[in-house]
Amino acid sequence: MSELIEARDLCVSIGCHSVCRELSFSLGAGERLAILGRNGAGKSTLLSVLAGLRDADTGEVLLGGEGYATLGPRQAARRRGWLPQRHTDAFSSTVLETALTGRHPHLGRWDWESKRDTEIARVALAAVGLADLEERDVQTLSGGERQRLAIATLLTQAAPLYLLDEPLAHLDLNHQIAVLDLFAGAAADCGAGVIMVLHEPGLADRYCERALLVYGDGRCELGRCREMLTADRLGELYGHPLQEVEADGRRWFIPA
Amino acid sequence: MPSHRRATLVLAVLALLGAASFAAALAVGSIAVPLADVTAALIGEPIDNAAIVRELRLPRALSGFACGGLLALAGALMQVLLRNPLADPYVLGISGGAGVGAMFAILLGLSIAGLNTFAFLGALGAMLIVFGLAHGDGAWTQTRLLLTGVIVAAGCGALVALMLSIAPEHKLHGMLFWLMGDLSQSTSPWIPVGTLIVALLASLPFARELNLLARGHDTAQALGVDVKRLRYNVYAIASLVTAVAVTSAGSIGFVGLVVPHLVRLAIGNDQRLLLPASVLAGGALLTFADTLARTLIAPQQLPVGVLTALIGVPAFLFLLTRQRS
Repeated sequence: MSELIEARDLCVSIGCHSVCRELSFSLGAGERLAILGRNGAGKSTLLSVLAGLRDADTGEVLLGGEGYATLGPRQAARRRGWLPQRHTDAFSSTVLETALTGRHPHLGRWDWESKRDTEIARVALAAVGLADLEERDVQTLSGGERQRLAIATLLTQAAPLYLLDEPLAHLDLNHQIAVLDLFAGAAADCGAGVIMVLHEPGLADRYCERALLVYGDGRCELGRCREMLTADRLGELYGHPLQEVEADGRRWFIPA
Repeated sequence: MPSHRRATLVLAVLALLGAASFAAALAVGSIAVPLADVTAALIGEPIDNAAIVRELRLPRALSGFACGGLLALAGALMQVLLRNPLADPYVLGISGGAGVGAMFAILLGLSIAGLNTFAFLGALGAMLIVFGLAHGDGAWTQTRLLLTGVIVAAGCGALVALMLSIAPEHKLHGMLFWLMGDLSQSTSPWIPVGTLIVALLASLPFARELNLLARGHDTAQALGVDVKRLRYNVYAIASLVTAVAVTSAGSIGFVGLVVPHLVRLAIGNDQRLLLPASVLAGGALLTFADTLARTLIAPQQLPVGVLTALIGVPAFLFLLTRQRS
């Protein structure tokens, strides 16, 4: 079984600002990786390159051993799901219809969503606590509800690899933990792979085995959370001194 | 997600509305023809007013229905392509281009065939200019496409105004009628009818992908849509459809903007239902409007574009205020 995703010698830049140089890594079933870095360092850009939505300068991204060009968009959508950072809804549509869009890669050209697809979408909505809102118009949802709907759509898509761009945006603390538990469960029970952009090193340490630090000047460091997430390294990453504290066996970092 | 039953129901109601618009268009006019005679004339029985029904009113009703359907289809596609519910088929300058071609043909004193050719070439020219400029370096954002279209449309508007101001007086009436939309010149309905059928059949297989495109470029790509190819196709279909409609009936406003909007309010934004429903509703609206245009102050005919605008403006303002609340 080949890896869920593999990056080979990836060079990514935005204009003349380099995000990473010759980055290589792979992620197998059940593994979780956090991407951390300052605002504007290029975390989202890197994630969209991994999701095949943007071309790398050089290097390649493989899903299960095959590149995006070989796979085509439809096959790629059955291998990886991507959670965007922003959601704009130009037209109104119900919550259930939006969650059902995740079934698109599983349906033939002339198929309509079946009862089973609706069931899958309902289960996903229930998993993020939106079961009661399925007839609501997406344009009337709060920021946090809209974010949870996007996560439900991703669950409906049911791809084995999740690429999450700030999955905790707009969520309050209880939902933050619920969402991270949800993906941790998917990794543990279904062998899903998860790569997520996070802003809280403590949560990255708690929910991921590995961390990728993006410094914003082309330097990237990848390693086990235990080694990557230290007060010194994170202080340099964010350009602000941090202090490590421990509570109940978990490490947290607070700005000094 | 409308169920199959609801979808069939909505389409059946709209099809009935379309049939009613045809009945009105064939029966009403300076000589009223009873519906029984209309049916008799259509199946070829020799009755008194058969020629009026078959040779005058039927081609015009077919043209009207097809152009209304084309404009509504183009509007629905443009709204998805630009992700903007306020987009219409003319927003990218296609009617402007056709207008420049048509005005030039009238100035030269060309026949109807020449006028149609020039109008179509003008529309095609505007389409290629907008596409070429907006495509540029390959970054094809909605904003850039929209801005380019609006600017090209403004340029065309200036050229049309220029030609109107230097045109001799006896040509002005024809020019103004063309610009306001006019079905009295459309003698061969088969081009718009054929285009409508082909365009609808070409769009329907992509309807679910259009649903995703309406939700955003990256979202659609991540869910398995070949966004780049889809957008090229949608742009080409919407533009060609608009060009055919404008060529056969002049620039008739508001059908392409209001009809998809109204249909969306009634049945939601699933393109699999929205596209055929818009075609039927747009066709029915334009056929009714044209029947009114030629009967309201008969024997004088009004430009149908004026009537669709008079119906469309209040309808649209109503929608806008309703949306805010």
